[in-house]
Amino acid sequence: MEVKDITLQGKGTKDIEFKDNEYLEQYLQELRANGVNIFVEKLDMLINWGRGNSVWPLTFATSCCGIEFMSVGAARYDFARFGFEVTRSSPRQADVIVVAGTIVYKMAPVLKRLYDQMADPKYVVAMGSCAISGGPFVKSYHVVNNVCDIIPVDVYVPGCPPRPEALLYGLMQLQRKMKVENFLPDAQKAQKKIRKKLKEVEVKQ
Amino acid sequence: MDLQEKIASLLPSATIEQAQYLTISVAKNDLRKAAETLRHQLGFDILWSLTGMDWGTALGVVYHLASSAKPGEIVVLKTQAEDRENPMLHTVCDLWATAELNEREVYAMFGIRFINNPDMRKLLLNENWVGFPLRKDYNADPELNPLNLHSDEVSDLRPKLVEQADGTVKEEWDEIFTNKEYIVNIGPQHPATHGVLHFRVSLDGEAIKKVDPHLGYIHRGIERMCESLTYPQMLHLTDRLDYLSAHMNRHAICMCVENALQLEIPERVKYIRTLMDELTRIASHLLAWSCMCMDMGGLTAFIYGMRDREKILSIFDDTCGGRLITNYNIIGGVMADIKPGFQKQVKEFIPYMRKMLKEHNAIYTGNVIAKNRMTGIGHMSRELSINQVVSGPSGRASGFSSDMRKHRPYGAYDKVKFNEIMRTEGDTFARYSARLEEISASLDIIEQLIDNIPEGQSLVKTKAVIRLPEGEYMEWVEAARGAFGVYICSKGEKTPYRVKFRSTGMPLVAVVDEISRDEKIADLIAIGGSLDYVVPDIDR
Repeated sequence: MEVKDITLQGKGTKDIEFKDNEYLEQYLQELRANGVNIFVEKLDMLINWGRGNSVWPLTFATSCCGIEFMSVGAARYDFARFGFEVTRSSPRQADVIVVAGTIVYKMAPVLKRLYDQMADPKYVVAMGSCAISGGPFVKSYHVVNNVCDIIPVDVYVPGCPPRPEALLYGLMQLQRKMKVENFLPDAQKAQKKIRKKLKEVEVKQ
Repeated sequence: MDLQEKIASLLPSATIEQAQYLTISVAKNDLRKAAETLRHQLGFDILWSLTGMDWGTALGVVYHLASSAKPGEIVVLKTQAEDRENPMLHTVCDLWATAELNEREVYAMFGIRFINNPDMRKLLLNENWVGFPLRKDYNADPELNPLNLHSDEVSDLRPKLVEQADGTVKEEWDEIFTNKEYIVNIGPQHPATHGVLHFRVSLDGEAIKKVDPHLGYIHRGIERMCESLTYPQMLHLTDRLDYLSAHMNRHAICMCVENALQLEIPERVKYIRTLMDELTRIASHLLAWSCMCMDMGGLTAFIYGMRDREKILSIFDDTCGGRLITNYNIIGGVMADIKPGFQKQVKEFIPYMRKMLKEHNAIYTGNVIAKNRMTGIGHMSRELSINQVVSGPSGRASGFSSDMRKHRPYGAYDKVKFNEIMRTEGDTFARYSARLEEISASLDIIEQLIDNIPEGQSLVKTKAVIRLPEGEYMEWVEAARGAFGVYICSKGEKTPYRVKFRSTGMPLVAVVDEISRDEKIADLIAIGGSLDYVVPDIDR
């Protein structure tokens, strides 16, 4: 059987240029164009290098995509190669939640609570068309049409279900995103926020 | 005297007709008598499926019954509740225990309440859901049921409709758990519930006193969606029900539509479908085995099982283009003919899998710790499995012969010799071993078919717009977790009037309470692993 060249938006697959999210690094270069504190920058890079290569996903799956998520964890695809090996069953210990599968109205509050229970900094990967847009169930009365109505999403991995290679690519995009973050200043800000809140509580008491 | 005459003499008020199956229609008030007669006098002890219906004017229920001696010979019982405002019917859950959860589902979807059912909470939907989604006049306005991000408190009270001596019905409330009981929530987010299942477990020390399952965390409303889709469009949703039996589910719905259209299917297609079904079954059982072992603490087994499963997935990948959800069967045949290297790949896989099966048995089955955790735990009797209609490997481990491949041969199953794997122990270990033995039975089936695939078309042409003749159709296949049925009610339109999928997993959840009672809480995980439910198939 001959496979036809599928056309997308009037272009053949050969004409479509693959965009590899270079904007992330460009963005970082732009930010650093005027120079940064060398100590902070190097320390930031070190921390992000460590953080980005040791991302612990939550074992969370509602439907079909969960099985592909398991495949990625198992022998052939093995996301341990990229630092995802420790899947955690408790949200308190997890860094990233991979929303694998359809989210329905009854599940939405549970997902929100799981996300709230995760410790900062936390990330969300929407896996599969159900989590992205409701997928084949978009017209159903009980399906949430976009998981970002509930929690903020960092990376979308389309597919129904996405192939393991696609999920690996998506997770690696998340790592790239993590590596261009300003961890130290953000952490300082967060610390200040926490201190301020603590003071408020103390004053009240 | 044949069955039809027998029923006619026992139930003079019933209308009996021969459609696809023998169909008995009774009035609302005769339901109890008809059900009791069928159950006790004629021996119909299996309630395969309980389907709510909205016929436009009246609401009603359709029961698919069979006897455990001949599970493939099905009789249909129909009844109507005229009142749309406050429809009520008598329960049949004292005759067939499986009706309890099914009637709760019918209540959530159609609003029919069942008198004397001990538990009339809504299944699948939240208690405060406005409207009954499967009714034809359901108002789907999202304003009525907005997305709520705060969990409602789970109530331990359940309503019950009790019939008084004078014939009136009174609503009573009773407690599922008392205030003094110690309750642990397992799920909806738990790695060992195989999806988003929620058990409320009452404990006495470490021993389980009662389990109350909550369903609906992945209720996607597939049955309602099917009513607005054409037949070829509908197929894609069936793969996503029990995604580990994607091929079989789709085989069932294709068969149902093809039989209704009286479409002759080429032998080649039957062989290909059967081969794919069996490969899917092996993949599913391997995953079940891996996950069960992982839940019990054997992570190595998970890696091994998934590694072998990948071999099947690459066969699927080459021929169907998909790994898990293959979208391969279509009405009239298969999407594309098998790839030239298919037979070679499968023939390489068979000896590999046989060798690995020995290794799997050596690594886990013989392990003393594993054996102690499984033997004698979670005992399910044959009576219970029939009463709750636990089919598939879990039922067969208790001695309930329910294999649709034997009882209603379809595809190429009438051309192969294979054993229905039967066991009598009914404990966790029997369910565990039944799966591993079924893998080797499936390998035998594949071996008999793989060299004999006849030449011919892989797809017969159908009309551009498929309209099913008016009527009701139900077809059955043996999915990896039991008998899977597709019920289609057609009014001659290009979309079905009502579609019901017989869930293979719901009975498995229904028995958890009974078989895990007095076991330790840690054993609940092993029992759940051995039952191997897939939650999207339960919630649909």
